[in-house]
Amino acid sequence: MIRSELIQKIAEENPHLFQRDVEKIVNTIFDEITEAMARGDRVELRGFGAFSVKKRDARTGRNPRTGAAVEVEEKNVPFFKTGKLLRDRLNGK
Amino acid sequence: MSEKTVTRMDLSEAIFREVGLSRNDSAQLVESVLTHMSDSLARGEQVKISSFGTFSVRDKSARVGRNPKTGEEVPIQPRRVLTFRPSHLLKDRVAVGPRR
Repeated sequence: MIRSELIQKIAEENPHLFQRDVEKIVNTIFDEITEAMARGDRVELRGFGAFSVKKRDARTGRNPRTGAAVEVEEKNVPFFKTGKLLRDRLNGK
Repeated sequence: MSEKTVTRMDLSEAIFREVGLSRNDSAQLVESVLTHMSDSLARGEQVKISSFGTFSVRDKSARVGRNPKTGEEVPIQPRRVLTFRPSHLLKDRVAVGPRR
Protein backbone atom coordinates (compact mmCIF):
# COMPACT_ATOMS: atom_id res chain seq x y z
CA MET A 1 0.00 0.00 0.00
CA ILE A 2 1.29 3.44 -0.82
CA ARG A 3 0.34 6.88 0.50
CA SER A 4 -2.17 7.56 -2.31
CA GLU A 5 -3.93 4.22 -1.74
CA LEU A 6 -4.20 4.98 1.97
CA ILE A 7 -5.75 8.37 1.12
CA GLN A 8 -8.13 6.65 -1.31
CA LYS A 9 -9.33 4.20 1.35
CA ILE A 10 -9.92 6.92 3.92
CA ALA A 11 -11.76 9.01 1.29
CA GLU A 12 -14.05 6.08 0.43
CA GLU A 13 -14.95 5.61 4.09
CA ASN A 14 -15.64 9.31 4.55
CA PRO A 15 -17.72 10.43 1.56
CA HIS A 16 -18.66 13.62 3.43
CA LEU A 17 -15.03 14.84 3.28
CA PHE A 18 -13.37 16.53 0.31
CA GLN A 19 -10.53 14.55 -1.23
CA ARG A 20 -8.16 17.47 -0.61
CA ASP A 21 -9.05 17.41 3.11
CA VAL A 22 -8.37 13.68 3.31
CA GLU A 23 -4.98 14.31 1.70
CA LYS A 24 -4.30 17.04 4.24
CA ILE A 25 -5.34 14.75 7.12
CA VAL A 26 -3.03 11.92 6.07
CA ASN A 27 -0.17 14.32 5.35
CA THR A 28 -0.65 16.07 8.70
CA ILE A 29 -0.26 12.77 10.56
CA PHE A 30 3.08 11.90 8.93
CA ASP A 31 4.28 15.52 9.13
CA GLU A 32 3.56 15.65 12.85
CA ILE A 33 5.46 12.42 13.44
CA THR A 34 8.38 13.76 11.38
CA GLU A 35 8.41 17.09 13.25
CA ALA A 36 8.27 15.32 16.60
CA MET A 37 11.27 13.14 15.75
CA ALA A 38 13.14 16.14 14.35
CA ARG A 39 12.69 17.75 17.81
CA GLY A 40 14.05 14.56 19.36
CA ASP A 41 10.65 13.63 20.78
CA ARG A 42 9.17 10.16 20.98
CA VAL A 43 5.88 9.27 19.27
CA GLU A 44 3.91 6.54 20.99
CA LEU A 45 0.93 5.02 19.18
CA ARG A 46 -0.27 2.21 21.45
CA GLY A 47 -1.07 -0.99 19.60
CA PHE A 48 0.71 0.22 16.47
CA GLY A 49 4.19 1.11 17.61
CA ALA A 50 6.54 3.82 18.81
CA PHE A 51 8.89 6.09 16.89
CA SER A 52 11.95 7.30 18.73
CA VAL A 53 15.32 8.85 18.04
CA LYS A 54 18.56 7.06 18.76
CA LYS A 55 21.93 8.71 19.03
CA ARG A 56 24.83 7.29 17.05
CA ASP A 57 28.26 8.26 18.33
CA ALA A 58 30.90 9.71 16.08
CA ARG A 59 33.11 7.02 14.56
CA THR A 60 35.87 6.48 12.08
CA GLY A 61 34.34 4.90 9.03
CA ARG A 62 35.88 3.68 5.84
CA ASN A 63 35.15 4.37 2.24
CA PRO A 64 34.35 0.81 1.12
CA ARG A 65 35.72 1.47 -2.36
CA THR A 66 39.05 3.09 -1.52
CA GLY A 67 39.56 1.92 2.05
CA ALA A 68 40.30 5.50 3.09
CA ALA A 69 39.39 6.37 6.69
CA VAL A 70 36.70 9.02 7.08
CA GLU A 71 35.44 10.69 10.22
CA VAL A 72 31.68 10.19 10.64
CA GLU A 73 30.10 12.76 12.93
CA GLU A 74 27.71 11.97 15.77
CA LYS A 75 24.15 11.81 14.47
CA ASN A 76 20.59 10.94 15.39
CA VAL A 77 18.66 8.22 13.60
CA PRO A 78 14.91 7.44 13.51
CA PHE A 79 13.87 4.16 15.11
CA PHE A 80 10.56 2.28 15.13
CA LYS A 81 9.49 -0.40 17.57
CA THR A 82 6.41 -2.40 16.65
CA GLY A 83 3.56 -2.37 19.17
CA LYS A 84 2.49 -5.57 20.87
CA LEU A 85 -0.94 -5.71 19.26
CA LEU A 86 0.41 -5.28 15.73
CA ARG A 87 3.24 -7.75 16.38
CA ASP A 88 0.67 -10.33 17.48
CA ARG A 89 -1.51 -9.61 14.44
CA LEU A 90 1.44 -10.20 12.11
CA ASN A 91 1.77 -13.63 13.67
CA GLY A 92 -1.89 -14.44 13.31
CA LYS A 93 -2.76 -14.11 17.00
CA MET B 1 16.84 14.99 23.75
CA SER B 2 13.80 16.84 24.98
CA GLU B 3 11.97 13.55 25.73
CA LYS B 4 8.43 14.72 25.22
CA THR B 5 6.03 11.99 24.12
CA VAL B 6 3.65 12.65 21.25
CA THR B 7 0.47 10.55 21.25
CA ARG B 8 -2.68 9.99 19.21
CA MET B 9 -4.16 13.00 20.98
CA ASP B 10 -1.46 15.31 19.62
CA LEU B 11 -2.01 13.95 16.10
CA SER B 12 -5.77 14.53 16.25
CA GLU B 13 -5.14 17.99 17.73
CA ALA B 14 -3.00 18.76 14.66
CA ILE B 15 -5.82 17.66 12.34
CA PHE B 16 -8.29 19.74 14.32
CA ARG B 17 -5.93 22.73 13.92
CA GLU B 18 -4.90 22.18 10.28
CA VAL B 19 -8.09 20.88 8.71
CA GLY B 20 -10.72 22.23 11.08
CA LEU B 21 -12.57 18.97 11.74
CA SER B 22 -14.09 18.36 15.17
CA ARG B 23 -11.79 16.82 17.78
CA ASN B 24 -13.95 13.72 17.72
CA ASP B 25 -13.74 13.27 13.93
CA SER B 26 -10.03 14.06 14.00
CA ALA B 27 -9.41 11.34 16.57
CA GLN B 28 -11.43 8.87 14.54
CA LEU B 29 -9.43 9.64 11.39
CA VAL B 30 -6.12 9.08 13.17
CA GLU B 31 -7.48 5.69 14.24
CA SER B 32 -8.63 4.87 10.68
CA VAL B 33 -5.20 5.64 9.25
CA LEU B 34 -3.46 3.40 11.80
CA THR B 35 -6.04 0.64 11.28
CA HIS B 36 -5.62 0.65 7.49
CA MET B 37 -1.86 0.52 7.83
CA SER B 38 -2.06 -2.33 10.37
CA ASP B 39 -4.56 -4.29 8.24
CA SER B 40 -2.33 -3.99 5.20
CA LEU B 41 0.75 -5.13 7.17
CA ALA B 42 -1.19 -8.01 8.74
CA ARG B 43 -1.94 -9.19 5.18
CA GLY B 44 1.82 -9.23 4.65
CA GLU B 45 1.87 -6.17 2.42
CA GLN B 46 4.43 -3.41 2.43
CA VAL B 47 3.26 0.07 3.43
CA LYS B 48 5.19 2.74 1.60
CA ILE B 49 4.68 6.35 2.63
CA SER B 50 6.66 8.57 0.27
CA SER B 51 9.02 11.03 1.99
CA PHE B 52 8.32 9.32 5.34
CA GLY B 53 9.38 5.70 5.12
CA THR B 54 8.54 2.08 4.35
CA PHE B 55 7.11 -0.52 6.71
CA SER B 56 7.78 -4.08 5.60
CA VAL B 57 7.06 -7.50 6.98
CA ARG B 58 9.92 -9.99 7.18
CA ASP B 59 9.88 -13.68 7.92
CA LYS B 60 12.30 -14.90 10.56
CA SER B 61 13.15 -18.56 10.75
CA ALA B 62 13.22 -20.64 13.92
CA ARG B 63 16.37 -20.51 16.05
CA VAL B 64 17.59 -21.53 19.44
CA GLY B 65 17.61 -18.65 21.86
CA ARG B 66 18.93 -18.41 25.37
CA ASN B 67 17.45 -16.98 28.52
CA PRO B 68 20.14 -14.40 29.29
CA LYS B 69 19.50 -14.69 33.03
CA THR B 70 19.59 -18.47 33.45
CA GLY B 71 21.57 -19.46 30.35
CA GLU B 72 18.81 -21.94 29.57
CA GLU B 73 18.22 -22.75 25.90
CA VAL B 74 14.75 -21.94 24.57
CA PRO B 75 13.44 -22.60 21.07
CA ILE B 76 12.26 -19.49 19.22
CA GLN B 77 9.48 -20.24 16.76
CA PRO B 78 9.51 -18.89 13.19
CA ARG B 79 7.79 -15.50 13.23
CA ARG B 80 7.07 -12.42 11.24
CA VAL B 81 8.53 -9.09 12.24
CA LEU B 82 7.94 -5.56 11.08
CA THR B 83 10.78 -3.31 10.01
CA PHE B 84 10.63 0.40 9.34
CA ARG B 85 13.02 1.96 6.87
CA PRO B 86 12.98 5.74 7.17
CA SER B 87 13.11 7.79 3.97
CA HIS B 88 16.14 9.96 3.23
CA LEU B 89 14.05 13.01 4.03
CA LEU B 90 13.14 11.70 7.49
CA LYS B 91 16.73 10.61 8.18
CA ASP B 92 18.03 14.03 7.20
CA ARG B 93 15.45 15.84 9.34
CA VAL B 94 16.29 13.69 12.37
CA ALA B 95 20.08 13.49 11.89
CA VAL B 96 20.84 17.10 12.78
CA GLY B 97 18.82 16.86 15.98
CA PRO B 98 16.90 19.63 17.66
CA ARG B 99 18.21 23.07 16.68
CA ARG B 100 18.41 24.68 20.04
